[in-house]
Amino acid sequence: MSKIWTIARREYKQYFTSPAAYAVAAMILLIIGLIFVSEVSSGIDSFGQYVPDVINIIFPISFLFLFAIPAITMHVFSEETNSGTIELLLTAPIRDWEVVIGKWLGAFLFMLTIIGTTWVYPIALNYMIDPGIDQGVLLSGYLGLAFVAGVFVAIGVTISTFFSSQVASFITTMGVFIVMWWLIPIPARLGGTAWAELMNYLDFNSHFAATLAIGTIALSDIVYFVSVITFALLVGTVSLETRRWR
Amino acid sequence: MIQVKGLSKDYGSRVAIEDLNFNAKRGEILGFLGPNGAGKTTTMRILAGYMPPSEGKATVAGFDVVEESMEVRKRVGYLPENVPLYGDMTVYDYLKFMADLRQIEEREERIYEAIETVGLEERAFSYIGKLSKGLRQRAGLAQALLHEPDVLILDEPTIGLDPAQIIEFRKLIQNIGKERTVMLSTHILSEAQQVCDRVLIINNGQIVVEDSPENLQARLAGAQQVALRVDGDDDGLDKVLNKVKGVTRVQREKDGSLVIETSSGKDVRPEMARAIIKAKYDLLEMRPVGMSLEDIFLELTRENAGPPELMDDQEYEEAE
Ligand SMILES: Nc1ncnc2c1ncn2[C@@H]1O[C@H](COP(=O)(O)OP(=O)(O)OP(=O)(O)O)[C@@H](O)[C@H]1O
Ligand SMILES: [Mg+2]
Repeated sequence: MSKIWTIARREYKQYFTSPAAYAVAAMILLIIGLIFVSEVSSGIDSFGQYVPDVINIIFPISFLFLFAIPAITMHVFSEETNSGTIELLLTAPIRDWEVVIGKWLGAFLFMLTIIGTTWVYPIALNYMIDPGIDQGVLLSGYLGLAFVAGVFVAIGVTISTFFSSQVASFITTMGVFIVMWWLIPIPARLGGTAWAELMNYLDFNSHFAATLAIGTIALSDIVYFVSVITFALLVGTVSLETRRWR
Repeated sequence: MIQVKGLSKDYGSRVAIEDLNFNAKRGEILGFLGPNGAGKTTTMRILAGYMPPSEGKATVAGFDVVEESMEVRKRVGYLPENVPLYGDMTVYDYLKFMADLRQIEEREERIYEAIETVGLEERAFSYIGKLSKGLRQRAGLAQALLHEPDVLILDEPTIGLDPAQIIEFRKLIQNIGKERTVMLSTHILSEAQQVCDRVLIINNGQIVVEDSPENLQARLAGAQQVALRVDGDDDGLDKVLNKVKGVTRVQREKDGSLVIETSSGKDVRPEMARAIIKAKYDLLEMRPVGMSLEDIFLELTRENAGPPELMDDQEYEEAE
């Protein structure tokens, strides 16, 4: 466990020396900030009838993940492969799966840090509107964001084991996210068949947008996210292992 | 400490090493020589647990490199060829990171010792990315020494070091080599000659020769050469020299000296000296020229050269 933590800590700290990571954090905070401002002003416009909703902040954050997370995870293994430092990790007394989990944990914690800083907006919102915001929706929405980030980071980290070029990792990761976001839901919406049922289960928005983001927490959704993360990291470990045989 | 049996590795259709066999004992410094692409790095990577061999078996410190990779990695200090390092970390942070991965107990002490050993005290808190090549090399070396490994595997460790540091490094290796096993690859033959107890030359993935540097030289200096400087040198001298028993060839160098090739096993110098004096020439200088390790190396790694001749050698057969 402590070895995993060693890897995670280095990965996490590494982001604070990375201009790309700062750019991503700044982009998210800026865009969410703009959305926040327009939310608040539109709230005032409508005779005090309109109540700004935290969902209007949570959804855009999850959408920004599509671009932000590939930028956060693209370097993870690609940079190590490119600079050759992977040779240090693969000859240190640490197992491949420990390396993969450690890397994921470090990148995930960094994403959580960024997500955490966006809390200022709902909190500000809470003080601005009279009855306050729905705390339940806020909590479950942010829990959902954490799970979505966990899944996306796991996929990004795994994809970075395939490429020594960060650009290739970035593009591939974003491509996969786009498929997950827009293409899987299409057959899922057709409904009826077993195929559509499966796609509906795989569609993460049916576990996030339709549930957690609007304030319902179900065990089955949590199981879904944890198993996707596990599966992605398993693929990453196998990929790391097979590179030794090449 | 290191045992290699029938080790082979191919990358797709390219054979990198083929059927390597060698051992290294505790307290031995093994030099690994060979031209570019010979398979040195490949062999060392297998021994360090970076990748498995395609065929064959290797044990390091008594553990199989494939089956007991973790045990091997705990006991090996490895300096990869191009010294990969995290440029965004300071030397100290980097060593702390590696010490944590290795779960070293007296971490601070060991880090300090390693930094001191490689002479990086003044740059301990500099970012590795901002260090010069030689200083980075030292940081890499500190990492390999951190956990006091039983076996040190160093892939071209002296590349990029300044002369003073190279001398320091050789002393260090010799010190470490007293109780532990060191395997180092190099292209600098004089280095192998000075530091190593045994030299292993590989070419095209196969071991060409394995011996002590002294034996190697003695063995290949079959045609012993003697350099002469004689006052009043003329054609008559050739006749005089050619009459001496054991002389096979007389050759004039550009600087006016003569190089005499003699058949092996016989020291022709006393007789040659007498003959020269008797013929009324003035002998100014006489000096044996051993074949340098460079010559041997080139000889052995040339295409179609080396092994067939050497196979006759009884010692080589014994080594096999
Ligand atoms: N990852 C790889 N993929 C394909 N071929 C490789 C790979 N690594 C090495 N080779 C090939 O294997 C052979 C041996 O390479 P190796 O790096 O072991 O040589 P070396 O003795 O270390 O050479 P050098 O003195 O240049 O460092 C070479 O022909 C090389 O091209
Ligand atoms: Mg090499």
